[in-house]
Amino acid sequence: MTLLTVFKQFKKFQDAGKSVARSLSIKDDQESKKTCLYDLHIENNGKMVNFSGWLLPIQYRDSITASHQHTRTHASLFDVGHMLQSHVSGCDSGEFLESLTTADLQNLAQGGAALTVFTNKSGGILDDLIITKDRNDRFFVVSNAGRRNEDIELMLGRQAEMKSQGKNVTIEFLDPLEQGLIALQGPSAATTLQTLVKIDLTKLKFMNSVETKINQKSVRISRCGYTGEDGFEISVNGKDARTISEMILEVPDIKLAGLGARDSLRLEAGFCLYGHDINESITPVEASLQWLIAKRRREAANFPGAEFILEQIKNGPKKKRVGLILGQGPPARENATILTSAGERVGIVTSGGPSPTLGKPIAMGYVPLEHVHTGTPVLTEIRGKTYKALITKMPFVKPHYYSDKR
Amino acid sequence: MARLIRQITKNTVKTLLFVHETTFISMLKSKNSVRQIAVTHYYKSERKYTDKHEWMMLNGNIGTVGISNYAQDALGDVVYAQLPDVGSVVEKEGECGALESVKAASEIMSPCSGRIIEKNKAVENKPGLINSSCYDKGWLFKIELSNLDELKTLMDEDAYNQYLKSDLH
Repeated sequence: MTLLTVFKQFKKFQDAGKSVARSLSIKDDQESKKTCLYDLHIENNGKMVNFSGWLLPIQYRDSITASHQHTRTHASLFDVGHMLQSHVSGCDSGEFLESLTTADLQNLAQGGAALTVFTNKSGGILDDLIITKDRNDRFFVVSNAGRRNEDIELMLGRQAEMKSQGKNVTIEFLDPLEQGLIALQGPSAATTLQTLVKIDLTKLKFMNSVETKINQKSVRISRCGYTGEDGFEISVNGKDARTISEMILEVPDIKLAGLGARDSLRLEAGFCLYGHDINESITPVEASLQWLIAKRRREAANFPGAEFILEQIKNGPKKKRVGLILGQGPPARENATILTSAGERVGIVTSGGPSPTLGKPIAMGYVPLEHVHTGTPVLTEIRGKTYKALITKMPFVKPHYYSDKR
Repeated sequence: MARLIRQITKNTVKTLLFVHETTFISMLKSKNSVRQIAVTHYYKSERKYTDKHEWMMLNGNIGTVGISNYAQDALGDVVYAQLPDVGSVVEKEGECGALESVKAASEIMSPCSGRIIEKNKAVENKPGLINSSCYDKGWLFKIELSNLDELKTLMDEDAYNQYLKSDLH
């Protein structure tokens, strides 16, 4: 991606919604913060980049493709300590989080985790996040690094409102240097982690979380991830993050992987990247994330933007996020135009690139509702030429989550 | 290549996009392999470089063009090469094709003005040649130069290596 196209894209987002521009963080003088694993990255030849204000490795010695394939066949360790980790507690904490999201936390089991979205009054997505329910009055929240300021502002604002109503909500935003987050992803993740914990990981299903110990240090292990593979996210005290990472890396099957592989893996898994595939002007229904609007919440219609979102669920949105699979040719990347086979410009790619697993380019983007059906032939425009593509279901690559169905 | 590389080396990602920086080690690697290959394979003329990380070898008024080791390393595994059509006329620093990797797309800029007389079909079929053999089997196209004066603007290997060490690229 060239500087030129980056700026074009920035402009586009600016036009689409001023607030979105903030998430793109286009600032030369942006502060670069370190996670608690910074030194480990440097010692392992991590090629460091500034990713929304955080110094993180795009890759290590291996190419992104090799790292991607290693994750799919073995397992990789990713530093995701730049993400915003928060504790929300107090007897009204469930109500507090429900008032900002579309999740049903009442019916979430203790130890269960839910993917959800913060929405605004128009139904637009302010961020995507995972909420884990430790108890009825204690939740653990992980949201995007690029939305740190917006998320904090949103939560503090709502907390103040609830306090004025006499409600009890305490929020603790964890400092990334004091609390690390590492993701262990891939088919070897469970056998590797099992050697380090006393609990039986076969009992920990997908989207569940447990507080336990590794090497006598307290950790939180959540069975989730951003790759489509079985895997875990381990929240660990900053001073223990390195030791625990190194213990995991002692297993020959496990390699460090960077942001590059994380992006190509999540694309194959059909996951959205905030600021690209979703933003404040896109609703969960348009983003094909309708399933995130919990049944109880639909009936109660009491989440931000409910009016717009429920109307879209009922009558269908104008546009929708779809997957695209291309033939032999260049990948269609963000901002590539999507055309009907008759040549009418109807949509836009929001993420795209080569799929190392499929060996051909894949993309996701938005098209009007009449073109969303799987198998619809379309065209994508790349550097002035058009290339054939098919509308495809996502995920592009079969996921391997550890669910009850096993 | 320039735009990609500039971004790569300034260590500032303008968006959440995955654009990257290579390490100092890759520069050293680049330097060594350049020297080694230069001695082994080429004798007709010295390889010249642009500040956009293309190289050109001249044989008469025909230049063979590729991307430097530094550039291929920064780009990562190339999965698609869009090369200029034979017969097309290109201008110095004009965009004449693109290389795509998992990481990024990068435009190919012509080092000199002229007419494209051949493109490397092997690279179109197997873009990985650009990574495995950027100075030999991974050449991109041949150009019949229309203005030999433009050669003065290109860097020799030492100048290019100095350039890589500087913060300018």
